[in-house]
Parts: sequence; C-alpha cells; structure tokens
Amino acid sequence: MALPGSIAHPYMPNSEPRTKQEMLDALGIAEVDELYEQIPADHRIKGDLKLPKALMSELDLRRHLLQTLAKNETCEENLSFLGAGCWQHHVPAICDEIAGRSEFVTNIWGTTSSDHGRNQALFEFCSQIGELVNMDCVGLPVYSWGCAAGHAIRMAARMTGRREVLIPRSLDPERLSVIRNYCEPAETRNHINVIMVDYDFESGRIDLEDLASKMSQSAAAVYLENPSYLGVIETEGAEVARLAHDCGAETIVGVDPISLGLLAAPADYGADIAVGTIQPLGLHLSCGGSMGGFIAARDEERYVREYPTLLLSLCETVETGERGFTMTLLEQSSYDAREEGKDWTGHTVHLWAIVSATYMALMGPEGFAEAGGSIISRSHYAAKRLDELDGVRIAFPAGFFKEFVVGFDDTGKTVADINLALRRHGIFGGKDLSRDFPELGQSALYCVTEVHSQDDIDRLVDALSEVISR
Amino acid sequence: MTAIPGLRRYHAPVWDEPVVMEMGRPGRRGIVFAEPEQAVASLAGSPEELVPARVRRSTRLALPELSEHEVLRHYLHLSQETLGMIGISLFGTCTMKYNPRLNELIAARPEIAEVHPYQDEDSLQGILEPIYHCDLMLRELSGMDQFSFQAGGGAHGAYTHACVTRGYLAARGELEQRDQVIVTIQTHPCCPATAAAAGFEVVTLMLEENGYPSVEALKAAVSDRTAALMVNNPDDMGIYNPDIKQWVDIVHDAGGLCFWDHANSNGVMGKIRARELGFDACMYMLHKTFGAPKGGLGPAVGAYGCTAELARFLPNPIIDFDGEKYRLDVDRPDSIGKVREFWGNVPQIVKAYSWLRAMGTEGIHEARDLSVLANNYMEQRMLKIPGVTKSNPENAQWRMEMTRYSLETLEQDTGVTAVDVQNRMTDFGIDAPWLSHEPWLIPQPITPEAGEAWSKEDLDYWVAVLEEVSREAYSDPELVKSAPHNQAIHRPDTRHVEDPAHWAMTWRAHTKKRAAVRSGEPAVVSRAGAKPEEGVASA
Repeated sequence: MALPGSIAHPYMPNSEPRTKQEMLDALGIAEVDELYEQIPADHRIKGDLKLPKALMSELDLRRHLLQTLAKNETCEENLSFLGAGCWQHHVPAICDEIAGRSEFVTNIWGTTSSDHGRNQALFEFCSQIGELVNMDCVGLPVYSWGCAAGHAIRMAARMTGRREVLIPRSLDPERLSVIRNYCEPAETRNHINVIMVDYDFESGRIDLEDLASKMSQSAAAVYLENPSYLGVIETEGAEVARLAHDCGAETIVGVDPISLGLLAAPADYGADIAVGTIQPLGLHLSCGGSMGGFIAARDEERYVREYPTLLLSLCETVETGERGFTMTLLEQSSYDAREEGKDWTGHTVHLWAIVSATYMALMGPEGFAEAGGSIISRSHYAAKRLDELDGVRIAFPAGFFKEFVVGFDDTGKTVADINLALRRHGIFGGKDLSRDFPELGQSALYCVTEVHSQDDIDRLVDALSEVISR
Repeated sequence: MTAIPGLRRYHAPVWDEPVVMEMGRPGRRGIVFAEPEQAVASLAGSPEELVPARVRRSTRLALPELSEHEVLRHYLHLSQETLGMIGISLFGTCTMKYNPRLNELIAARPEIAEVHPYQDEDSLQGILEPIYHCDLMLRELSGMDQFSFQAGGGAHGAYTHACVTRGYLAARGELEQRDQVIVTIQTHPCCPATAAAAGFEVVTLMLEENGYPSVEALKAAVSDRTAALMVNNPDDMGIYNPDIKQWVDIVHDAGGLCFWDHANSNGVMGKIRARELGFDACMYMLHKTFGAPKGGLGPAVGAYGCTAELARFLPNPIIDFDGEKYRLDVDRPDSIGKVREFWGNVPQIVKAYSWLRAMGTEGIHEARDLSVLANNYMEQRMLKIPGVTKSNPENAQWRMEMTRYSLETLEQDTGVTAVDVQNRMTDFGIDAPWLSHEPWLIPQPITPEAGEAWSKEDLDYWVAVLEEVSREAYSDPELVKSAPHNQAIHRPDTRHVEDPAHWAMTWRAHTKKRAAVRSGEPAVVSRAGAKPEEGVASA
C-alpha cells in the first residue's frame, strides 16, 4: 500500500518510493507482503482499518489540535485553588528549557558512557532529594507518590516478614486506592492487611491513641504523610516512629518535598523510608499527567537490597580520576530477575526527574526556605480571611501547610453549588471533599501556593462572600 | 579521532562537568521569591510561628547555590553528554521513532500544561476529546472495546492486567483457586514480575527449536489454577507463533484470561488484532509504537485495552462520550480502583493521538511495511559481517520488525563481546543497540530494530559501523575491548558498586564513604537521621 499520491510522509524517510524499491530489490521480492509469511492468513484482519483521514501536513494537524484544545479552560486564565496532589507552583523557565532538550526527550538506554550526561542528571536528582529528606539512598523515580508508597510498604513487608500496614484515614482516597492494589486482595498469597487509623477531629492529625491500640507485632509498617492530604502538619512523627519501632515495624513517611525548606526532614523524626511526589519540583499540572514518585531510605543493605527501582551509583571509570554513574544491583530488579525480582520496574518518569533536578539546583537552600515561607504565609492568610466569612469555617485552623479544609455547612449551600457559582467569577474553588470525607460535611480542600498573590486571595474572598450570601 | 574511510569523524562532547552538589558559592541564587505582601505577612504571622517547633527544619539544606545561568549551562552540558537519538539509535524492543516536535510544543501549551484534573468536566472538554478519540483509534487497531491510559509505562500496563485479572476472578469467586499466570521465557520480564507482584505464581514455558513453545507444553501447563496467559507475539527475535489462536483457545478452555503484551507492535499494526486472535486484553506503549518520546525511561503510557466483558474492572476513571459531551465515568463499582493517581500521563496520550492523526490508516500500514522491510534489508547485510549469526537459523522465514543476532562467533574468534561492540559503536555516534532481555537464550545477543523513522542511509551507516567494528575485532581486538574512546567518559569500573561500603546512590553517601575509605575506617553505613557532622554509625 502506498501513501496518498505517493507523497513521502515527513516522519518516514523510506516512504520515498525509490528508496523503498531499492530495499525490495535488495531482498529480491516484489511486494512487502511477502515478508509476512510467518502470519497465517486466518490471523489477519479482514477488511481495512477505519481511522480518521491522515493529517500529513503539520499545518493542518496543528490547526486541528489547537481547535480541540481551545475547548479547555486553564488555571492560567482562571484563578485556581485546586490542589489535592496536583499543585500549581511556579515552574522556572529553565525547567521548561531542559524538559524540552531533544537529547533528554528522546533517548532510551545506551551505555554508561553514552548516557553519561543523563545518568549524572539522574544522580543529581537522587542526591538533592537525599538532602531534602536527609537520607543517603534514593532510587530512580517511580510513577507517582502512591506507587512509591505502595512499593515502600511492600519493601517493609518483605523486610519484616509481616503483612499489616497502618495508614491514617485522612489519606488521599486516590492514593489509598493505589496502595490497596499494591497490598493485594485477601485471596492472594502476599496480601497485606491495610488497617486504617483515625485522625483527630480537632487537629486533623493522626490519632495517637488509636494508632497505639492498633499497632502490634504483626505490623510491617506505619505509613504517615506530612503534611497530610488535608494539609495538616503532623507534629507527632517522632512518637509515631517510636510506636512503630517498639513493635519492630518500619516507619514510612510521605512528604510534599516543597515543604522541606521549612519542615523537618522525615529522617529527623525517625522515618526509615521516605516517599513523596516530585510534581511540585518544576513540573506543570498537565491534568495530573506529570506525577512522579521517589523512594528514599537508610543506606543499609536491609533496605537497599529490597529496592524495586533502578539504582544508580557513582563510580570511577577505567581512566584514573574520571567519574561515572552506573546502574547497580540490577540483579534484584525485574529486568534481571523476572518474577523473582523486587516487585517490578520499567519506564517511569526519568525525564521528569531531570527537570526536578534542575528545579532543585535553581532553588538551593534559600529558594526552598523562601518558597516554603511564602506558601505557608499565603495559605494562612487565605484561611484567616475565609474564616471571617459568615457560615465559613476552617476545619483545622492551626498547623497546616499549603492546603486547608474549608467547611461550608453553615452557609446552607453545597460545595458543588458554590464551585459552580465561583466559576462565573473565573475561579476554580477547592476540591470537593464531601463525598470522600462525609464526616467533614460540605467542605472543600483549598490550595494556596507561592503563585497566589494577595490580590488573588482577596478576589476569592470577595467572590465567595457574594456567592454564599445569595 | 582518526578518519576511517567511508565513516564520519565523531567525538562526544566532553565537559568534565562537576556534580551539581560541588558547584556554586554560598549566597548565589537561581531563583528568588518576593516577600509576601505586608497585609499577608501581618495577618498570617511569620512562617516560623506557623510551623510547630518540633517539626521545624533546624538545619540549612545542603543544596547547591547557583545562578540561573550556571544551572542552565550545567544541564545543557549534561544533555550534550547524552547520545541517544542525536546519533543513530536502533534500540530493539523499544522502537525508536521520530517524535514529532509539534507534539512537544502542543503539550507544553497552557491548554494542557496548566489544566487540573479536578476541574469541572465542562472546562476539560478540549483534553477529554483527544483522549477519547485516542481510545477509539486504539480500539480500531486492536478490536478491543475499551482502553485505559492510567498505567505509567508498559510494565505498569502489564501490572494493570494482573489487577484486572484479580478483579475478574474475584467476581467469579475463583481468585483463591486460580493463582497461576503462564508466560514464555521470551515474554518480557515485566509480565512475570508484575504477575508475581500482584500475587500470582508464574509458570514459564521454554522454547522449541523453531523459536516458540509447543502447544503440548501449554496444554500441560494449564489447569484449574490458571488465571491468565501473558505473552508477546511476535517476540523480540522477530519470530511469530503461528499457533497463537490455538493457545488462546487452550487457555480459555481452562478458564483463564489471555493478555497480549503488544508494547511493540510496529511489525504487525494494522495487520493483526487482539480481537481476531481471541485475546481478552492487550497493551500498547504509546511512547514506543505511537510516536511519543521515551524521555530516557519515561514519562510513559501503557495503554491497556480489553473486551467489554473485562471493561467493568478497568481503573477509574474511564472517559465516555454521550453524543454531546465528554465525561469522566467514575461510577463503576467493579473497578479495580487506581494503579496511579489521576488519569495517566496526559501529555503523552495527546502526543500519541496527534501521531495517529498524522499517520491515518495508510500511514500505519506504511510504517509497518517499512519496519519489516528495513529489518530484513538490514538482516541480509548483517549476516555477511564476519562473526555475526542470527537466532533460530532453522526458522528460515522472513523475520518481522526485529532479528536477534548473536556475536558468539565473533567472541569465540576474537574475545570481543557484545558489550564491547556496543561500546565501540558509540565511538561512531551510534548509540548502543539492545542486547536481549534476561535470560540470554543465545550467547552474545544484539537486537537492532530499524523501524520506519531512520533513512536507508542511516541503516546503511549503522551496518557499515558494525562492519568496521568486526574488522577491528579481528585485527585489533584490544581497540574494541577498551572502547569507548570517543565518548563523554570511558568505561565504568564497576568492581565496587555492589559493595555497600562503596555504592553511592547520592552525593552525601559518596562523600561519607570516600572519607571513610580514605581514613581506613570500616565500611560506612549511615544512619538516616544522623546529622552529617555527627558522622556515621555502623549498621
């Protein structure tokens, strides 16, 4: 089959008819079809595919794509307070420049020498994450925060030989669902029992009494997030770790890394494994499409030899004084060990990790401190202003970072109605929690970051004031 | 870098770039954030007051301090020290395609980059539409009834199948009983690995002389414990199992599901489909067959498609169209839930959609034909190179889009291995060809894949380089064994990287261990939580 009018396709150099003919001639065949002799006739499609007409012209394709995408509304034209694991942060221009470098965008897997630059950038990703969480072993990234947490829980289960994990009930339902898949159903051989621990209705923090009552010698790990999904800063991390360690369980802490210029590193209050998302580190919202997760741990064999991810080690080369970065412990990965490997690995988000490395290098210690300060100030300003509105209540007003729960019960309106009305003001209100957290009533999770100016927040307050008074 | 007749001169950029952690000077800034406005600061209070004391960071982060320009140049240098597709990369099993730059520009636009998955559906129509239509096009290509794009890679797509299988079996009350997944030794390692991680026992079938396991072996393997078959076909040796329909029937008769790992479908797309072969589900890697870029191992998408019978178990959400509006369907009680937060790597899905629109039916056929043609064109040249043979020579039929070669003869004759050849080829601007997944079924394997995106001149050049490397192996083997010579760095010394006293996955680990080695102290194992200045304790 030839292309329409035998025009060579811009993506396919050998679709130029004479080139193709030269290759056919070299093989001594008349038609490409002869090459499919391995496929029995009754395996083949009857009739032809029905795909939309090709847009071979870049001009036509671009026009079509732009017309389609124009039906979106964006968080750039609107004022958005949506977060819940996909947060609007400033993305420095350098991050986009590096994210678009052809060498990083298109490569796959060469040699240690021909991949040197990419490997060094990935090592720098691991090294900088290590500084944020204060841990010495960091693996190459995984798909998302939830996937990182799932793998970490499985690591702990293998390390301890136990099959139980304790998780606060304030966890993101999306992430909990991911984790539940990692923990396997009860019918399968390596099922890990997920035990939910209450959170305190006053503070929003994990309920230590409930944790203590559920913690036992059966526990492989406790998984705590800081800040929690509801934005609350967990102050009792050290006590959580002590309770876990006293029972021989591992402490896994999930973090939003952009908080770590301000908040203590998980290792500082006893975490054995730290996981988290890399989306806040220089990655756009991309409709939830720029997730990525990391797994950091103590640099002890007990932990390192349970890693599912690829691991990249600094090394020397055969040339004296020259440094390189090479994959190590591949024998425990699924690539080498198949079903005997530690869970599995594969294509994840290496390009995003390089972008995050760039972001962290731009930020430095002062950037993280300033951004963290800006976020916590602005989010508290927003919460205090909103709290002034009649019928609006901040559920956990003290000790939160970036996100906070806004209760609307006393307005007599649903979050859905309020958000619909806010849209007429060009505002995306916070994520509706009323379905996932019915105990919080009609409430929404508002996200305020360094991108929200005082004017933006005041605009929200004015609009909400009008919306709830109607 | 002497000129070799007929070959271009090449040398990789060498920058001796320091690790970013050793760069910069205290006080330099790559980015600054303005102080909050006066009203914000006074109402909110200071950041220090807002963080409870016991969880306040007490030490300054030991991150580099660099100006914006320094950071840019550092990462530009590192990008230049990455060969990949800037040279010629025929990395078999990964189908190195041209990644249209239009799609990169489109994905970077705010209509994609600055939208949030929790926005109202009304405000997301422009992103739901291409995802839905990508689904429709993949349905047409596979004959499946519904796709999910949530999986963040091919292995994750295989894992999704394992989870869907669990859901399907649980709904039938058979999950406890059906605890085995059958694969072949040529099935990609991610299938047995994800099946095991999902709780299944793995049964692996070995190959016969013709390159695939026998029907009898499969019949002996199936039982009332069979949950699923997970298999790729054709495999990455370019061999097609002509019994595959019978295989599917055997597994179905035993009560199991059949999953086609169709990650790399370049050799057969538009020619055969999961539907006609009888599979219940299949998976495409959008960053391979469908023109989205690899990113050096992601971001990626394992597009998982299945029959209507299995669709109710797919991860949430599914994108639907009611004739007027696109919507997110989350009200699906039998769904396995999530395998990853949100919907999937949305920019990559849009790139695949765009690639499919640029190709159309004719383009798909043309790309497949050119891939298979180019592989066989390369093969007849490759087999004339001294030291090169191919796998399963008894199977004399034309191979599909890949051929697995062996350099066993070269190695026996000269001592030069496949890894040596990989390294030496990079000296000519050719990034390393794929060898083989584990286990190596034939010695010293290499597996180039031509695809449709490289010109005949590129392919000829690639073969000419291998000819030159073979000539060198026979005349001056040390030259090849000590390669690379023209790369960013020399070959790594990997003697110590499996040793806990030496391996260093971060700069902080490296500096501690280097200090310990220099001072003659025992192997250093850091305790997380110890402040750097407090030194380290043994494990």
